[in-house]
Amino acid sequence: MNPVVLDHITKTYENGKVLAASDVSFEVASGELFGLIGPDGAGKTSLFRILTTLLLPDKGNASVLGLDCNKDFEEIRRRIGYMPGRFSLYQDLTVKENLDFFATLFGSTLEENYSLIKDIYEQIKPFNNRRAGKLSGGMKQKLALCCALIHKPEVLFLDEPTTGVDVVSRKEFWDMLKTLKQQGITIVVSTPYMDEAMLCERIALIQTGKILTIDTPGKIIAAFPVPLYAVKAKDTYRLLTELRKRSEIASCFAFGDYVHITLKDNSNESQTDQLKQELIQAGHEQFEIKRIEPTIEDSFIQLMSQTYGR
Amino acid sequence: MADKVITCKNLTKKFGDFYAVHNISFDVSQGEIFGFLGANGAGKTTAMRILCGLSYPTSGEASVAGFDVYTQQERIKQNIGYMSQKFSLYENLTVLENITFFGGVYGVPAAQLKERSRQLIAKLGLTNEAKKLVASLPLGWKQKLAFSVAIFHEPKIVFLDEPTGGVDPVTRRQFWDMIYEAAANGITVFVTTHYMDEAEYCDRVTIMVDGKVEALDSPGNLKSRFDVTSMDEVFYRLARNAVRSGD
Repeated sequence: MNPVVLDHITKTYENGKVLAASDVSFEVASGELFGLIGPDGAGKTSLFRILTTLLLPDKGNASVLGLDCNKDFEEIRRRIGYMPGRFSLYQDLTVKENLDFFATLFGSTLEENYSLIKDIYEQIKPFNNRRAGKLSGGMKQKLALCCALIHKPEVLFLDEPTTGVDVVSRKEFWDMLKTLKQQGITIVVSTPYMDEAMLCERIALIQTGKILTIDTPGKIIAAFPVPLYAVKAKDTYRLLTELRKRSEIASCFAFGDYVHITLKDNSNESQTDQLKQELIQAGHEQFEIKRIEPTIEDSFIQLMSQTYGR
Repeated sequence: MADKVITCKNLTKKFGDFYAVHNISFDVSQGEIFGFLGANGAGKTTAMRILCGLSYPTSGEASVAGFDVYTQQERIKQNIGYMSQKFSLYENLTVLENITFFGGVYGVPAAQLKERSRQLIAKLGLTNEAKKLVASLPLGWKQKLAFSVAIFHEPKIVFLDEPTGGVDPVTRRQFWDMIYEAAANGITVFVTTHYMDEAEYCDRVTIMVDGKVEALDSPGNLKSRFDVTSMDEVFYRLARNAVRSGD
């Protein structure tokens, strides 16, 4: 049996008015690095709280390590690590005190599984006597990860560990996850940053409680249904507004210094040549159009509009 | 040359011996979208607080909307808008109450307030939600409303502190449409973000490292200078050598 199983989970709040999870099912294999990718309010945290036995679903079954999330919560809690989205350490305890505290809670010591946290802990060890509340965002994140690992969990749940963290710290964090994965720990991680999806083995794209798709990032990208083009011109905003008015364009979104478009009719490849000519005639400088591979963010937008019709 | 709405010369802020902001200089022109980037702890928030009239510099000069950051803080506040991801609207006031509250605070004449509030609500497509609490709106709508409220009094400059954190990819782009529109109407936009694709939408970008401005140019020029294809790489090259880290 897979170590993480969600079977038709539905969860609502406020007497059914707010739908946090709508018939969600997926499984995570042993040793897998699995990503839940979606914006705030998609329902990621509710799923984490159900799996970590902190919340009961309205409907459906969840199990972790073959144990029932409803009945066997005590054993599950001993065997998993959980890093909640908001910084959950004790702000007025020092780095070392936080580590000792969490180790004691799980009947362990800092030394017992030291090899597991060594690489991460040594980066914050110079600040052993600093209170957690006085650490920088990147260091807090490392301490929280150490605390979640201190009892050598079999499954690690990380809820938005990189939110609000800068690009440099985000890269470092994902390198740490790769190292942990090599030690055989099953990892479920959530993020609102679409670019991080590529670093997971399999991902679920999630929006307003619904799973849009689950697969490897490569297969999700390969399933993009139509050709995608990147268009560029000197004045991006003008390009964007003019493209949106054109009848042959199906979708049009800014992506960095390019605008990504899809066409309504994909049978005629010369359409892009005509588009190019017309826009250059309309006075667009440095115009460029090329066929490109979609990114996960393109796929997310496409699946969103397919599911919600926007 | 367009009017300079922000000028900053050798601006410095020290906390004890610590240089939070160290000798930064730049100008921002009217209608420009100016991206203000930096790793956590680089000094962005401190610099922004000075420019918003919330904190005094230790040394150097700066003026915002033509007003001096040492002597005319109140005039600065009247001429800017501010929105952050963390705080911008009162959750337990309705949509309409938030608009009239902020409009009132920023001195929109009472005679105009009712009609302009109605127009804004219609423009945002929130007519049916006008009397609902802001807390009940989806995050993306809140963010769009917050931006509209921040520019409701037609400020010269709007400061946006990570305005798009956590919103879905479509809403994030709709939000940038609003930024472009505001800039086209002459409002200067000063924005911080952790999304490097959004740095590409800016006319010019500043990257702060350890309290100093390490780069200031258009995204295109920065990419060619570092010979890379994305702003993500530009940022990584500059910020990975940072000594400091903080919130």
